[in-house]
Amino acid sequence: MLLISCPNCGSRDETEFHYGGQAHVAYPENPNELNDREWAEFLFYRDNTKGAFAERWLHSTGCRQWFNMLRDTVTYEIQAVYPMGAPRPAAAPPAAESGTASTAPDSTTTGTARPSIAATSTSTASRSTTAPEGATK
Amino acid sequence: MADLLPEHPDFLWRNPEPKSSYDAVIVGGGGHGLATAYFLAKNHGMTNIAVLEKGWLAGGNMARNTTIIRSNYLWDESAAIYEHALKLWEILPEELEYDFLFSQRGVMNLAHTLGDVRESMRRVGANKLNGVDAEWLDPQQVKELCPILNINDNIRYPVMGATYQPRAGIAKHDHVAWAFARKCDELGVDIIQNCEVTGFLKDGNKVVGVKTNRGTINTEKVGLCAAGHSSVLAEMAGFRLPIQSHPLQALVSELHEPVHPTVVMSNHVHVYVSQAHKGELVMGAGVDSYNGYGQRGSFHVIEHQMAAAVELFPIFARAHVLRTWGGIVDTTLDASPIVGITPVENMFVNCGWGTGGFKGTPAAGLTFAHTIATGTPHHLNKPFALERFETGALIDEHGAAAVAH
Ligand SMILES: Cc1cc2nc3c(=O)[nH]c(=O)nc-3n(C[C@H](O)[C@H](O)[C@H](O)COP(=O)(O)OP(=O)(O)OC[C@H]3O[C@@H](n4cnc5c(N)ncnc54)[C@H](O)[C@@H]3O)c2cc1C
Ligand SMILES: [Zn+2]
Repeated sequence: MLLISCPNCGSRDETEFHYGGQAHVAYPENPNELNDREWAEFLFYRDNTKGAFAERWLHSTGCRQWFNMLRDTVTYEIQAVYPMGAPRPAAAPPAAESGTASTAPDSTTTGTARPSIAATSTSTASRSTTAPEGATK
Repeated sequence: MADLLPEHPDFLWRNPEPKSSYDAVIVGGGGHGLATAYFLAKNHGMTNIAVLEKGWLAGGNMARNTTIIRSNYLWDESAAIYEHALKLWEILPEELEYDFLFSQRGVMNLAHTLGDVRESMRRVGANKLNGVDAEWLDPQQVKELCPILNINDNIRYPVMGATYQPRAGIAKHDHVAWAFARKCDELGVDIIQNCEVTGFLKDGNKVVGVKTNRGTINTEKVGLCAAGHSSVLAEMAGFRLPIQSHPLQALVSELHEPVHPTVVMSNHVHVYVSQAHKGELVMGAGVDSYNGYGQRGSFHVIEHQMAAAVELFPIFARAHVLRTWGGIVDTTLDASPIVGITPVENMFVNCGWGTGGFKGTPAAGLTFAHTIATGTPHHLNKPFALERFETGALIDEHGAAAVAH
């Protein structure tokens, strides 16, 4: 079970949230000009990153707002929470070399560069419950 | 008493050093990789080939799955390939000279709502038209086949009936892997464990070799059978796959006397249960919602499936969870696999079997071997080509793919 820091409500159990898959996938600007390959990419192809992955979450049983999260798909460590529309923060260096199966689930990346968006780091136990500026409604 | 397991043969396979070149290299030593290598050697005479496995043989999903085998899928394309697989399961113990305890104890898919009932009856009809054995059972018949099931209407989602496939069942997955591996070895295939593919050598758009942690290996052809890691390998090779990798868990109880004669799956309340030969209750349910390569999932998923299990099987209330584990499953949007050619010349892919590819192992291997050997689709895997995401000819099996398994 993940402990997810909703930008509006604070830390809540994963069961309160709904997963929305890869973030930053924009609707095509000129849909009429897309060929079949490009439609396939938009509809069916998503990154399947092993490592830091930017993804959308919806706090469906709380404030019902969408937000983005940067999470390591190997360690499941949440590296940043940031508003919809904001650019993806820099990833922390990968905790594991791609392909090694030996990553300890509880491995941490303390001491390494944290994503720089203020008030979105989730590594601190207590965090502000105020919405970061620009949280989408 | 529960069954005793058969003894292993004295010899299973060699552990050879990788050669500098092969006619074909299969990436991934799970069930699909091993079955592919077996059929390449047996049906196409390609014996100068290797299976490269980054960990130990069958250490991925192959020995983590809950071993349900059935072919009662809705669409013609799926019924054809899964039923072919089931027919192969029926002859493979003899062909591979290895008793992997394929037990055709039947599989029941419960219906709990009017929508379920209609969908199930439709699927029974479709199955019959495709020569797949299928029956509709009313609640009383469900109870007769599986007396420990609660068919009372005092539960949130009472059992309104079930589809039943008598020829379906379970097998011992690790024995299946060893059976294929032993025959592969006998036919001259090199099975190389602890050999991780880290990149590909290309000549223009053509793959000509693989880079591994044990050196570079030249090869004419590459077949990817990497399940949850397919996207990672495709990215190394320079193309994309429409796949999302998710954690999928399962669990077993302590050993019990035989109480559960068949396999019961419920799509709606979301659990499935069988009893293994040794006596453990084997249970599974859905994937964790998020993408994950961690081979572990969340406890709330287990909690949810246990609630469903106890409601359906009140006698399980005092059983204990002995072990839980997770695999990484490669899901597609239409819940159907991807088998065929890739944008890279001489590279082929078999993936996307997601939560239900154990049952498909023999047919995946047979048809994928054909595609690798001839460079063309097999009539059974043709509809499952990567191009379907561009043509729009999706094979939507979300209904029949059932509760993730
Ligand atoms: C909990 C669970 C329950 C399931 N239950 C069922 C069920 O009841 N019925 C059913 O039909 N299916 C079930 N499945 C699905 C089924 O297990 C899979 O679809 C199937 O095993 C996938 O094929 P495979 O055996 O080849 O995969 P795997 O055994 O995962 O093989 C892939 C192999 O590739 C290797 N690999 C990855 N990257 C590299 C690399 N770079 N270099 C070298 N090797 C690499 C991996 O180590 C792995 O061994 C279940 C899966 C899980 C996780
Ligand atoms: Zn919230």
